[in-house]
Amino acid sequence: MSGLGVPSESVAHDGGLGGPPAQRRRTGLSRRGREICRGVLRQPILAACVVVVAVAVAAALAPAAFTGADPLRVRPTAKLHSPDGTHPFGTDQLGRDLFARVVHGAGLSLSCAAIAVLVGLIAGSLVGLTAGFVGGALDAAVMRLVDVLLAVPSLLLATTLVTTFGFGPVQTALAVGTSSVAGFARLMRAEVLRVREQAYVEAALVAGARRLSVLRRHILPHTRGAVLALTALDFGGAILAVSALGFLGFGAQPPTPEWGALVAGGRGYLDTAWWMTAAPGLAVVLTVLALNRISQAFDTPTGPR
Amino acid sequence: MAELVAVAPELGRGGVVGRYLAVRLAHSVFVVWAAYTLSFVILYLVPGDPVEMMVSSSGVISVTAQQIAQLRAEYGVDRPPPAQYLTNLWHALHLDFGRSLQRGQSALDIIGGALPSTLELAGAALLLAVLVGWALALGATVTRVRWLQRFLLALPALGVAVPSFFIGLVLLQVLSFRWHLLPAFGDDGPRGLILPAITLSVPTAAFLARMLAQSLWRVLADPHVTTARAKGLGRWRIHLRHALRNALPPVLAVAGVLVGNLLAGSVVVETVFSRPGLGRVVEAAVTSKDIPVVQALVVLFAVVFVTVNLLVDLAYHLLDPQVTVAMVRRR
Repeated sequence: MSGLGVPSESVAHDGGLGGPPAQRRRTGLSRRGREICRGVLRQPILAACVVVVAVAVAAALAPAAFTGADPLRVRPTAKLHSPDGTHPFGTDQLGRDLFARVVHGAGLSLSCAAIAVLVGLIAGSLVGLTAGFVGGALDAAVMRLVDVLLAVPSLLLATTLVTTFGFGPVQTALAVGTSSVAGFARLMRAEVLRVREQAYVEAALVAGARRLSVLRRHILPHTRGAVLALTALDFGGAILAVSALGFLGFGAQPPTPEWGALVAGGRGYLDTAWWMTAAPGLAVVLTVLALNRISQAFDTPTGPR
Repeated sequence: MAELVAVAPELGRGGVVGRYLAVRLAHSVFVVWAAYTLSFVILYLVPGDPVEMMVSSSGVISVTAQQIAQLRAEYGVDRPPPAQYLTNLWHALHLDFGRSLQRGQSALDIIGGALPSTLELAGAALLLAVLVGWALALGATVTRVRWLQRFLLALPALGVAVPSFFIGLVLLQVLSFRWHLLPAFGDDGPRGLILPAITLSVPTAAFLARMLAQSLWRVLADPHVTTARAKGLGRWRIHLRHALRNALPPVLAVAGVLVGNLLAGSVVVETVFSRPGLGRVVEAAVTSKDIPVVQALVVLFAVVFVTVNLLVDLAYHLLDPQVTVAMVRRR
């Protein structure tokens, strides 16, 4: 599992002399973008994963572009139709078009996962960054707290938080996000501690740079690879967690389509209408699989190739 | 903790190990206490009064203010939070987490009643996960056949991406409804345990397989493996006798998390298969906001986590006594 083939150091502070800073940055970024594209294209599976995620995001942003059918329209005459030309994923027990429901469900599922990841990423990174950079008693105290949060399984932590936040899609997203804060905090702290030992950080401090600017310019950019990998992985995990809570009925309430809730809705029709669980279930599987593979590309390889 | 340990190496080995375990034990007690405190803060202080919630959720309309006051006094929620916390903590130390707001029983009784069924399920799933996980990891690292290796490595990646409720439903659909091989619902005997145990074991098996395979690869690149190969030992012998033992510590390190996740996974799996157990208690308690039960569950999971980790520490020591000493020095 090789990486993207992109040098890990940031282009933004290469200290080159050519051109005004803004322009230099832009050419640097576009060169980096081209390199990433080339790296992705060399690996067909990775490219396919990027396409899957892109399609899922597009469905979340503009569901109307994929289907003209209304996900909430009930038609008693067309109930429990198996998949065919007019209904690619079949219809449910109320005659609603399942393809439309899965496509429209992408919006809620992915935005809930995105909220969860953002909460975990921002809060966790801030906590880890502060603990790692300040050190001392604060670091010890924060890390004990993180230990405690990691001692409770994340699914149980999320359901406990749902008790507090209440039911609903945004509430479950916040609960899932809060339960992932500890993981991000621990990773960020470890990365800060690793980078802080590097010679260039020492050099910058000796040269008289202020601690905050050292943190921003020299430490933060170098933690990016690991944090991005965890973010992509956590996005997949958040989709799973949000859909599990939705399946249990804590998330979106009917008739709003959400992937986990859609699978739960098909539970009573396993015998007669397999497509009701298969379609939303496979949507979750494909998206998470693709996100996990992309997350791997950010990481350094350990297995043989 | 560093200053505690600085003197440790001079005490001789028994002293070091004893001190190390004492520190670990103290840390475990701290984690359980902190989990209790944190869940108290989250559950009791944020959402408001549990009695009001109980009254409003049970749909009783004709409750007088006097009755509410009486209930509040009965559940002890009329006093200031710090006083409540101390009383509750005192009771919790005596294994009393309060009465369920919904069922009136003691929270611990409810959990105790549900525990055997979940332990049965989780035990079977853990056994299955360890067997399958090891088999996949060993198979993938031993084989020289490229496509087989790729296939064995692709399975864990798939396993961690599939939501467990979906696995359960697909198994039900195919094995119970289409082929009528196994019973679909209920907890009658070992046959009813097969599908839930498989479902629950998939994410754990996948995670285990991936970790063990990675760890094995690291160890197989070590000089002592090269030496063993140069001596002319067989592949399986090198794998099982020389590599596996050294590949275990990183896997053991996540055992606490794995067991916890396995137990937490029962929330979903028991719902899918309509089995009674801890998972159903979690679901019911969250749905009805039954705070004493939820809090007791959080503490129970924290206890399981620290217990498994203490056992892992002992296992480390048995695998390699030097590790314990090294860990004490590093801390």
